[in-house]
This record gives sequence, structure tokens and C-alpha cells, in this order.
Amino acid sequence: MSAKTTLPPPPEVELERYELRETPRYRFAFDRRGFLQSLGGGIAILLAARSALPAAAQAAQESGQAFERHPIPQAIDAWLHIAPSGAVTVFTGKVEVGQNIRTSLSQAVADELRVPMSAVTMVMGDTARVPFDMGTFGSRTTPQMGTELRRASAAARNVLLNLAAKRWGCGCDVLHAAGGAVHDPAKHRSLTYGELAQGELLAETIPAHEPTTPAAEWTVAGAPAPKVNGRDFVTGKHRYTPDLKLPGMLYGKVVRPSAFGATLVAADVSAVQAMPGVHVIRDGDFLGVAAPDLLTAERAAAAVKATWHAQPQISNAGLFGFLTAHARPGREGGVHSSEGDVAAALAAAPHRVEATYHIAYIQHCPLEPRAALAVWNGGRLTVWTGTQRPFGVQEQLAQAFRMPEADVRVLMPDTGSAYGGKHTGECAVEAARLARGAGKPVHLLWTREEEFTWAYFRPAGVIEIKAGVNPDGRLAAWEMHNYNSGPAALNTMYTVPHKLEEFHPVPNAPLRQGSYRSLAACANHFARESHMDDLAHAVGLDPLDFRLKNCAHPRLHDVYLAAAKQFNWQGRRKRPRHGFGLAGGIEKGGHVAACAEVRVEPDGEVRILRVVEAFDCGAIVNPNGLRNQIAGGLTMGIGGALYEAIEFADGKILNPTFARYRVPRFRDQPQIDVVLVNRKDEPSFGAGETPIVGLAPAVGNAIFDAIALRRRDLPMAPGGKLPLTA
Amino acid sequence: MARVTHLNVNGARRALDVDADAKLLWVLRDSLDLTGTKFGCGEGQCAACTVLLDGTPRHACLTRVGEVGDRQVTTIEGLEQNGRLHPVQAAFLEVEAMQCAYCTSGMILGTVAFLRRNPHPTDPEIVAAMDGHLCRCGTYDRILAAVKLAASRLDGSAA
Ligand code: FES
Ligand code: FES
Repeated sequence: MSAKTTLPPPPEVELERYELRETPRYRFAFDRRGFLQSLGGGIAILLAARSALPAAAQAAQESGQAFERHPIPQAIDAWLHIAPSGAVTVFTGKVEVGQNIRTSLSQAVADELRVPMSAVTMVMGDTARVPFDMGTFGSRTTPQMGTELRRASAAARNVLLNLAAKRWGCGCDVLHAAGGAVHDPAKHRSLTYGELAQGELLAETIPAHEPTTPAAEWTVAGAPAPKVNGRDFVTGKHRYTPDLKLPGMLYGKVVRPSAFGATLVAADVSAVQAMPGVHVIRDGDFLGVAAPDLLTAERAAAAVKATWHAQPQISNAGLFGFLTAHARPGREGGVHSSEGDVAAALAAAPHRVEATYHIAYIQHCPLEPRAALAVWNGGRLTVWTGTQRPFGVQEQLAQAFRMPEADVRVLMPDTGSAYGGKHTGECAVEAARLARGAGKPVHLLWTREEEFTWAYFRPAGVIEIKAGVNPDGRLAAWEMHNYNSGPAALNTMYTVPHKLEEFHPVPNAPLRQGSYRSLAACANHFARESHMDDLAHAVGLDPLDFRLKNCAHPRLHDVYLAAAKQFNWQGRRKRPRHGFGLAGGIEKGGHVAACAEVRVEPDGEVRILRVVEAFDCGAIVNPNGLRNQIAGGLTMGIGGALYEAIEFADGKILNPTFARYRVPRFRDQPQIDVVLVNRKDEPSFGAGETPIVGLAPAVGNAIFDAIALRRRDLPMAPGGKLPLTA
Repeated sequence: MARVTHLNVNGARRALDVDADAKLLWVLRDSLDLTGTKFGCGEGQCAACTVLLDGTPRHACLTRVGEVGDRQVTTIEGLEQNGRLHPVQAAFLEVEAMQCAYCTSGMILGTVAFLRRNPHPTDPEIVAAMDGHLCRCGTYDRILAAVKLAASRLDGSAA
């Protein structure tokens, strides 16, 4: 655990947040009146940015640390326009990747502005039309953008009330807003928002802290709302990036290197030159083709004879040893926190458990592979692409082509999911490079194999825990080290007098790694909650009682009880090969507890029969969408818990297909019961991430309960089976 | 090189001129602009590309357009009739059996074909029939509910 290397200081603050190293810039430079005129007049509310969350929420957001160091600029975060037609348009840099924020943000606006949801249109993720936004990740949309849009909407409502008061020559206090109009009940008169916006050319910037409607008084929000544009998805009309077309567009293919980091020695393109309409583009180590149709592009790429030079690289077999050997001490550039004297407390503890956990590299595998459509117009570039960070991709493109960001426009159609995997713009850069070389618009869609190979991975990691517990069941000491997988949720939510927790980054990790749904919170919760289970057994306490005994967080306490009640934890009955497990956690403002029942077949196959998860993310905005997110997170979590692992050797991915990389399917789906704990008195937090963290440890603990086998590796059942003889 | 010059798609005979070796998926998407049929893997593992050939579900990503012949191709765009959703589409929408919805077209076509074969399925039969369809967002429980809702609605009708 001591320092094994003397490397220069690490370049990044938080490993999995390397995407945020850029300094956010504010470039919302337009002439407001001119802009409003171009929209046909009306009322615009510009929302001054603040550095976002209420203090309590910020404290809860352990992994939002990077934001403190790069505060969101005090500028414009979003804006809202009311047209003379009465149409309400909201402009935000947030994007829709299946987490349903187009719907939940529309709900918040409709609620605050007192209009039906159908009156609200969201313009999202178009760098030419929306204010700068760092990106859609970290479960920040609901607490931050949801709140801010409420403030903008409340301000717009006040502007409308004032306009009506002025027209009628009365006071604001006798008026109220409802159903898209301002009403004067005493005099039986009304003016619609459209009527009020007519002839106006009003752009107001509102300060922070505009009061909004408390959750207890929400009408549109807080209740289920149908998915915005839902019909377009069941009819196939919605156009995802791969579905876009431009006149004269070519289809691109990248000729991929033989291994990660390989350099291009030579490229024989003679066979391609005879193919009509095919362009070959070579630039440094980049090699690609563009052709009038996809089949021709595939044939052309296959006909290029490229010679690559690759270096030998490490494989799975050496991975975990590599990570611990190359990690930095947590005190030097990692994350380090300690209280009391952990070494002495461990030595004195009557019961001790010490163990090491291993976390494999996994891939996000969004069903929509990376795609981009790029077109150059003079010196200006426009790219449509599915990304969680349109402004990040804009910057990447500007850097790649050494041009001003103002000349790059990125548009983000609602996208076929991301799970933290689409923060970067490699496909956009490739499409733009091909388009520039071909002199025509180029469409590029990654294959599944490219997606498995050239997208970044969730970091692999090693986690070591030493813990001690007193005979009365109280934790005495806790020491936890995470190598490489990340610091999210590293700090225990249990009360321990003596503790040491460290994250050790590995600067030269073997695969390209980045963000993932809940980041390292999955890995850290898996290790911690598996370990807690061992400790409960060491002192002969029921796993639930043991956790409650050491838990001083009332909201965590509550979700544990809610899940246990729904699951009938107390009434569970042992049956051969069946096991029951539970686990809980706190992350990104969400409090979660999961109970699982599994059956382990004699051959080691694990069937997850039932999962109950209780979740508290503050005041609930859209219960239907929330249930969907929680169930989805749990199902996705099954993959990482049981099967998913990237195999690699010498700079190649060995299992880059769904046939060889098992993701959860219908037959893997347990019965899922979601218990929503609605805290109308607490700020709302997102639910795209935290619900996933309880699944793996709950299942691992259930496996232990079933067959007394403690699995300390993710995935626990590689190839679909537990290693029973190990 | 053999060429294909027409396809029967969603009840219409469409003229085109494509290499017979091209996959049906790309011909639908690129030549006919029927982009509701999705690419997810190209290896027959996700069923996002499901279309019906004379009512039988097929992976369009693995189907050579040259082998389609005169058979009727049905894509997601062909299910709506006179602006009315097919009961399976309506059920998916009502249950909101989707998150990113990239898998939805394939799920719906798979369900349409399955319910024609088995109008009164049990849950395990639905799971077995739909197991080849991948939803990476993990909305399987909702899809199951949507299939059951559609089955109850289609009951007795000839859809
Ligand atoms: S794209 Fe055809 S099965 Fe996946
Ligand atoms: S809803 Fe996203 S893949 Fe199914």
C-alpha cells in the first residue's frame, strides 16, 4: 500500500472526471434585442447562472467536487421565450439520452409557468442556440437545471402578471396566472400569454434566488407525465443521429489501427483508387474512406492495405497487479481522508475482516453506437452527434481543426442512450475529418466492434478493505483503498471512529477509461457492502440490524426499512440454494437500499429472482419516469454484477461483440419492486445513476447466503457461472 | 454483380437499384429512407433491426436484399394505419415501455409477429420469445407489461 513509484504529479483531480479538465467558458454573446426580433418578438427570460446547488445538496454531492474547482460561470444557464403565439420555448444545453429529461424539465416549466405541457418546447444541446453547458452527467440535471428552469419560469410568470397589471391599470396582487393566461377574477377578464407577449420586445435577465413553487404545491410536476414526443418513438419517426441525411452525403469508414496506440507505417490504396466515387483520407495515423453508399465504403476500407506498428501491451491476466503496482499514494494527488488512529484501532479490534476486491473493465454498450454527420461550409463546420457534452465536442472539434469554436456548431438529436459513455466526440472528429477530405458531408456510424474497442471503458480497479468491529456490533475501524476505479462514494456512510479512505489513481492505466453510470460508486459500494456483510456475520448480527446499528443517516435508515418491509426481510425463509442479501448506499443526493433473492443452480448459474429497491431522491418530479430509471438501473446493474468484463491483450479487445460480451436480457430480468420514498421537503436529485449501486452487493450477499461462497470480483459469475471450485 | 431493382415494402412496390449483396437494413435505411429500422450490432444479437418478411421476424442486418424477392417487407413505418397506431404501438406508448427508445421499433415488430403466432401468451412464453431483443436501458419489465396489454387488446381481433 506504500508508494511504489516516483512518478511526476498526476495531471488530473479526479480520474473519471478527466473530461472536465477544460475550463468552462461563457460565450453567449448575442445582441439580445436583435435576437428577440429575429424570433418575432415576445418575451425572453435569461437565467443568470449561479454555482448551482443549495448547500445541503452540494455537501451530498461528493463526486461533484470538480465543480467547486471549476465553478459554473456566472453567466446565462438557460433561457426561455414566450412568443406572441403563446408558444413557450426553453433553451438548454442539457440533452436527452433516454433519462427522460425532455419530459421532466417540460413538466417543471409547465408547472411554474402555469401552462399545459403541450405548450412547452425544449430546444436542447444545439451549441448555436443554447447557452453553454458543461454537459449532462453526474445526475445534475434535476437538481440544477430543473431548479433553474423553475426560477426562469417563475420570473416569466411575474413578468406576465406585471404586463397584465399595466394594461389593466390594476395591482398585480389581484391577478393570478393559470392555464396559459393571466386572470382578473373580480373583473372577469383574462389575457393569454400570447396576447401579453404581442408587441413586446422584452429581454430580462433574472438574478439567482427567484422564489419558486414548493413541491407540495406542484400540479404538473410530481405526477406521471407521458413522454414528450412518445409517439415519434413507437412509429420510428424520431431521427437519431444515424438516421440523419444531407444531400450529396457520403458514408464514411475509418480504417482502424491493428492495436491501441499503433502508428501507421504505410498504406497501399491502389485497389481503392479504381473504385468510383471513393475518397481516401490519410492524416497522420488517421486513415479512412468515404463513398457514395455504405457497402462501397466497407469494401473500400477492406481494400486498403495498411501496415501498422504496435507495441506489446498488457492483457487481462496482468491487469490487477499492474494497477496496484502503478498506483500513486492517495495522499499525493489522489483522494485521501482519515479520522482517528486507524492502525491502532484495527490492532485492538476483537473482530477483523480483511479482503481485496477486483473490478473488471466494462463497456457502456449504448444500443445506438456512436454516430456523426459532418458538413463543412466554407470555414465553418456543423456536426450532428449523440453526445452528453455538445459544448465539449464543439471544443474538441475546434482544437482538432485549429479553428475558432464560434465556427463550429454541434447539434445533439435525442440519442439512443449513453450511460456516461458519450462524453467525448471521437466519432464527430472522424466524420469531420472525412468530410473535409472528401469535400462533401459525411455520415459515420460506428460498428458494434468499434464501439466495444474505440469507446472509453469504465475503469477497472482493485479495492482493499481492512475493518474491525466490536462485539456489540459497532464498527471500530475502517481502512479502504481504491486503486484506479475512482473516488465516487469512497467514504463510508456508516459511523466509524477511526477510518482511513484513499483513492489511488493509476496514471497509465492500460485501457482508455472514462465516466460510467454512477462512476466508481458501483465498485466502492460493492466492496463496502460485501465487507459489511462479512462483518455482520463475524459478530453474529442480522445484516440489516448490523447496518442500522452503524448508520446515523436518517434517510438511509428510512430506505433500509422501506426496502426490508416490502421485501419481507424479517420473514425470509431459508431454502436450499436460495439466498437473501441486502445493501444500501448514498450517492449524488440519492439514498438507496436494495434487497435481493437469488437461486444458485448446482452448475453455478445465478438466477436473480427478486429485487426490492427503496429510493429517496428528495421531492419526486415524475414518478413514472423515476420508476423506469430505477428499474433500468437495476437491470443494467445485473450485467456489471454478474457477467460483463472486457477481455483484452496486446492492445486488442478480444470480445467485441454481444455474442461474446453478455449483457442482461429478458431472461435475466428479476421481479423488480420499486419503493419510492417521496421527500417533498428535500430538494430533488437525479435518478439516472444512484439506483444502480445497490444491486451488485445485494446480489453478492445473497449468493453468500445461498451457498456460503463470497465473491469479491465484479463480475461475480464470468461466463454466466460462479467459479464454484475456486 | 447482381442488382435488386424493386422491393415490396409496407404494401407498396418500391423501385430501387442496389447490389444484391447489400443488407436489407441498409437498403431500407439508406435507399428508401425508412430509418425506423435500427442498427445495433450487425451480428443478429440485438434485434433492433427486426423487420417482418411475409409476417416472419427477420434480422435485417443479416438479410441480403437479394434473398427478399417478392416477399412483403413490413417495417415500423408500416404499422400505423390511417394515422391510427397499431395496438402494439399503442400499448408500448401507454405503458411507456422505453427510455431511449432505440430498441423500440424492433421490440414492437417482434411483438406483432409473436402475438400473431401466440395470441394468449404466458409470461415465460413472452420472455422466451423476446429474449433475442436487447434493451440496454433495461426496460424489460415495461416491455413485458406492454406485450401483455397488447395481447389483451388484440384478443379476438384479427390484427
Ligand atoms: S442490428 Fe441486427 S440484430 Fe443487432
Ligand atoms: S430503451 Fe434504450 S435500449 Fe431499450
